Amino acid sequence: MFLAWRELVFARARFGLMGGVVALIAILVVLLSGLSSGLVNDGVSGLQRLPVTAFAFAEGTKTDSAFSRSTVNLNQAEAWKGRDDVADAAAFGNMLVNAKATTAAGSQVPIDLALFGVEPGSFLAPTVSDGAGLGDPDGIVVSQTVLDEGLAIGDTVVIDRLGTRLKVVGSTGDQRTFGHVDVAYLPLRAWQQVHAGAGPDDQAREGAYEEATAIALRARDGDRIDLAGGDAAAGTTSMTLDESFSASPGYSAETSTLTLIQVFLYAISALVVGTFFTVWTIQRKHELAVVRAMGASTGYLMRDTMIQATVILTVSTAAGFLLGVGGGTLLTTTPMPFALEAGPLVFAALLLVGLGLAGAAAAVGRIVRVDPLAALGGQR
Amino acid sequence: MTTRSTSPHPDSRRAGAQERGGLLVEGVTLSLGDGDATVTALDDVDLDVASGEFVAIVGPSGSGKSSLLAVAGALTTPDTGRVLLDGVDISRASSREKARHRRERIGFVFQSGNLIPALTALDQLRFALDVAGKRAGDGHDPRELLDRVGMGHRAGHRPHQLSGGERQRVGIARALVTRPAVLLVDEPTAALDRARSDDIVKLLAHETHESAVATIMVTHDHDVLGHCDRVLSMVDGRLSE
Repeated sequence: MFLAWRELVFARARFGLMGGVVALIAILVVLLSGLSSGLVNDGVSGLQRLPVTAFAFAEGTKTDSAFSRSTVNLNQAEAWKGRDDVADAAAFGNMLVNAKATTAAGSQVPIDLALFGVEPGSFLAPTVSDGAGLGDPDGIVVSQTVLDEGLAIGDTVVIDRLGTRLKVVGSTGDQRTFGHVDVAYLPLRAWQQVHAGAGPDDQAREGAYEEATAIALRARDGDRIDLAGGDAAAGTTSMTLDESFSASPGYSAETSTLTLIQVFLYAISALVVGTFFTVWTIQRKHELAVVRAMGASTGYLMRDTMIQATVILTVSTAAGFLLGVGGGTLLTTTPMPFALEAGPLVFAALLLVGLGLAGAAAAVGRIVRVDPLAALGGQR
Repeated sequence: MTTRSTSPHPDSRRAGAQERGGLLVEGVTLSLGDGDATVTALDDVDLDVASGEFVAIVGPSGSGKSSLLAVAGALTTPDTGRVLLDGVDISRASSREKARHRRERIGFVFQSGNLIPALTALDQLRFALDVAGKRAGDGHDPRELLDRVGMGHRAGHRPHQLSGGERQRVGIARALVTRPAVLLVDEPTAALDRARSDDIVKLLAHETHESAVATIMVTHDHDVLGHCDRVLSMVDGRLSE
């Protein structure tokens, strides 16, 4: 520590430059983490907030298209309901629609909605923070983000082509989106009518009122259901709630892209820090030889360098994160899908520091190879 | 050829080096390089230096002077022979043990001082104590030592703010602050003018006697040998009077 701190002060320009690079990487990590969380929220927050353990889709449904392709029969829900490990099972409708909202002022606003058809009174029915819950045949409970876009409780939404009129009766009070589209809960029967392509005055085709997208399952013990056994009994293909996220449009591609960018960023960070300390060690080779000739152990010198790396990484990462969070806070007020969440940010900070230290540790391994004999002679 | 000093008698000096403390090099041979490129750097060298004795070794470049310092300073292991420091053979010690001997019992003065650029003159001494695991105050007073070598007024200056002679004075103080048994000095006047060279070697002689340390200085500079207790000559790895 004696030499480490004094060298940090003495070579503050060099260490400052290095710290600046790490801080910039930290800012980028914060922004990517925020974007990642924002995209996850935008993609699947509607699903995340359902009190669901798993979904049972039509037999043979592939994960990447489950919500758009699956159609199950209500009888299959009954088959799931009878199972010991299932506390509740309810039909769940899911579809994306284009609509126009007519505000109280009379203006028309185009709006996309993810319609979640649920039985009013079932465990899937949303709790509302404003207005009324599901009950009216044409009443919808919308995500708070719909109200943020200018709609209000009491406004009417008209679904394109069908002309089905739905009235906003309540709001969930939080963000609920699916595939970057705001969620609107509506009674299952209304959903079945829209899903069948029947307008308000049309009679839906036969069997339309017996269908849903999937069966939402809630485990009796909270988190475990024998899905294989249930599938065999009900003729379905089920997946856990987390697995079903991949069925949200674009979710897998977005998260894997961002994850890849973040992995590269972490790798770059470790390489940058490792390279800096490699150059730093090479530059000080003769000085290190002198110190080793004085009797300093390899551990003493490595500890000193690792203290320098820890100080630089911690200070610059903290500074970068503060700046990143400051900038990110501004981004949360824009339409960009961006969310600052403490958990991922703390994890990212620790990972950045940890990988930086790993890079530094790999670099200072050179200290072991510094020969104290090099201190003798006129090299300096 | 081995060295045999004039006074006291070699055998009594050898015994003295072990009893009173000091350095004894016995039958040391060191080869450098591999295969056809092998060079005998030290050829059956004997040398004993008692505590408080200042010995100079002169010789042309490549004669083995630095190799002798390396062996005596536990920086390298001789092929044969042994090196006794206060009666303890340090030549066959492990790397870890050698490092411990260096930080606790051996002081080095390098060419041009070889000071740490980030440290002030005072911190150079404190750092040496830190490396040795010793504390200022337990008989090791960096400030007092800096004053003794005439550098007290430059305690807060870094190496690039010091002249060559001042750097060398700080280097001497740094080597002495841990109170070593042996002081090994490598060409201390190589980068100094005549007057400063004389000052530095006079200082080394004074500190050797004052601190009762066994000092070996290798040098090309014949003008400063008058301050030494003994002068030995090294040619082709062999040491002689």
